[in-house]
Amino acid sequence: MIVPPSWFMALGAVLFAIGVAGVVLRRNVIVMLMSIELMLNAVNLTFIAVSRALGSVDGQVIVLFVITLAAAEAAIGLAIIIASFRNRETVNADEMNLMRW
Amino acid sequence: MTIDLVIAAVRAVVMLLLVLNLSAVLLWFERKGSALIQDRVGANRAALLGIGARLGLPNLGIVNTLLADPIKMFTKEDFVPDGADRFLHDLAPFLALFPVLVTFAVVPIGDTVTIAGHSFDLVAANLNDAVLYVLASIGIGVYGIALGGWASNNRWALLGGIRASAQMISYEIAMGLAIVAVIATYGTLSLQTMVREQGGVWFGWLPRWGVMLQPVAFLMLLTAGMAESKRVPFDLPESESELVAGYYTEYSGGKQAVFMLTDFAEVTLVAMLITTFFFGGWQVPWLYRDGFHLPGGVMVAIPYWAVVVLGVIAFWVKTIFFCCLQILIRWTMPRFRYDQLMSFGWKLLVPIGLLNLMATAIVVVLAGS
Amino acid sequence: MPLGLFIFLAALAVLSALGVILQRNPVHCLMALVLTLLDIAVLFIGLGAVTVGFLQAIVYVGAIMILFLFVIWLLNLRVEQRPSGHPALKLFGAIGAAALFAELCTFVIKAPSTAGLSTVPAGFGSIASIAQALFTNYLIAFEVTSLLLLVAVIGAVALARRPANIAGKQSRSL
Repeated sequence: MIVPPSWFMALGAVLFAIGVAGVVLRRNVIVMLMSIELMLNAVNLTFIAVSRALGSVDGQVIVLFVITLAAAEAAIGLAIIIASFRNRETVNADEMNLMRW
Repeated sequence: MTIDLVIAAVRAVVMLLLVLNLSAVLLWFERKGSALIQDRVGANRAALLGIGARLGLPNLGIVNTLLADPIKMFTKEDFVPDGADRFLHDLAPFLALFPVLVTFAVVPIGDTVTIAGHSFDLVAANLNDAVLYVLASIGIGVYGIALGGWASNNRWALLGGIRASAQMISYEIAMGLAIVAVIATYGTLSLQTMVREQGGVWFGWLPRWGVMLQPVAFLMLLTAGMAESKRVPFDLPESESELVAGYYTEYSGGKQAVFMLTDFAEVTLVAMLITTFFFGGWQVPWLYRDGFHLPGGVMVAIPYWAVVVLGVIAFWVKTIFFCCLQILIRWTMPRFRYDQLMSFGWKLLVPIGLLNLMATAIVVVLAGS
Repeated sequence: MPLGLFIFLAALAVLSALGVILQRNPVHCLMALVLTLLDIAVLFIGLGAVTVGFLQAIVYVGAIMILFLFVIWLLNLRVEQRPSGHPALKLFGAIGAAALFAELCTFVIKAPSTAGLSTVPAGFGSIASIAQALFTNYLIAFEVTSLLLLVAVIGAVALARRPANIAGKQSRSL
């Protein structure tokens, strides 16, 4: 049986929801970044599934750009975490509350 | 359908066994070859029932290296250090070995063969995008080394692991640039097609090997390949006299044997890649499908099966030549300091690779128009 | 893609994604994420996007995740000791994620059904077809992305560098 693309999109939805749960539930900012990467990959999977369903290669080019953007964002995000770690000695998001009321 | 599956399985198993056996033989070459270079005898004590001594033959150390050592290594106690991450400590050697071994699946050994109506190439997996597969596997191979260093709960092992993974990802770029230049020259990602295009001659006598078209890329791939497999002169991560044993300090017995096997499997992989990209793979000079067409017009007819067998032998001869070259370089040169190593990779190899790629692109476009 | 293979890959992806968000040790989270990404790369290849699948393995798994690994070691992150987060937050988070999943599934089910797959042109997903689209239709985006990567490199180096020594003030060694 050929697997229809909507099943791949459903798998993407599941992974996206798991990523969202990771960002909300975990307090370690590095694990939060990893969950964001998971969300990006779920979206990539959806793009590729639709590209296959429509027979157009545009979806794959977009995924290429998303992968590049994820690389840039991961680099900057991790650099920010390193810089903030120097001052606060913690990667727990709850403890980064200097500007909270 | 079933017979196709059986043929595919046989190809995969044969390739894997050939590679593993070659790695073991390379270990013997290394020990005895290094002994020869360093003007000493090397391992020659272990013997099987004293057979060689009774016949008056010298002990070549074969039993020592190929029989006694593996038995010793796999029967040693396997300990995990206190406070180490047990799961990752057990997983790391195999995580390092697996990507290297699966890369051999796409290296072509010989030409098309037809058995009982089924024709197949002598490759375990004839992918259209074989080169991308090779690059992906090499990238994944970093994890085993990095985790091996970290999971040992030992700061020198961690230091060795970090150095090793930083070195590997730096030289991946140099390797990638060399390989991309080769891809631009041949216009294909399939290794079997690249080898086929290296048949034939120029000017009637010069074999069309890739090294004539891409000498810079050949040197870059040789250098970056040796750096990638952390061989001397790039072996600071596992420097035997400085970091104890670097990232595999806390490994003993079977797991250390697996790390050693990874080392020799990578040597074989680099040799096979150089053979495939630059030295014609399984192509024998002046040998075509119907026999030898020697320069000067002499033609020697040879049956097709003999042509295929000659091709396979030629491939292994070239591979062993480059393996021995790497072993020779290892025991001849001192090692780089770590900052020298990194600046060599980033400040010398990457710009040279980019310039080579630009020149190749210009030549390809001009030649194509 | 055969059904059995898809079921296996989907189950593995979901399990390792759950491993990412539930593990206590950050390095274990990372390895679970690596497994998920490799799984998704195989799914890409199964869907015909061969080049993008291999590029995902080369770039994402082979480079970005190693960057994460280096940062985890640089900051010397240990296993998280105290339980993370407020219980109420966890409850609302779980409910929110479930609601999001339900909403996404509704979209997938109610979308105009792509019954079966359309026939794909020859060379679909090959590096030639992607290069064709990338360098003609998406050329500006390509050039801007290269500029973006340059900015990201400069920004990362500038942010993560040790602050310069001001007279009388030591920079903390990391």
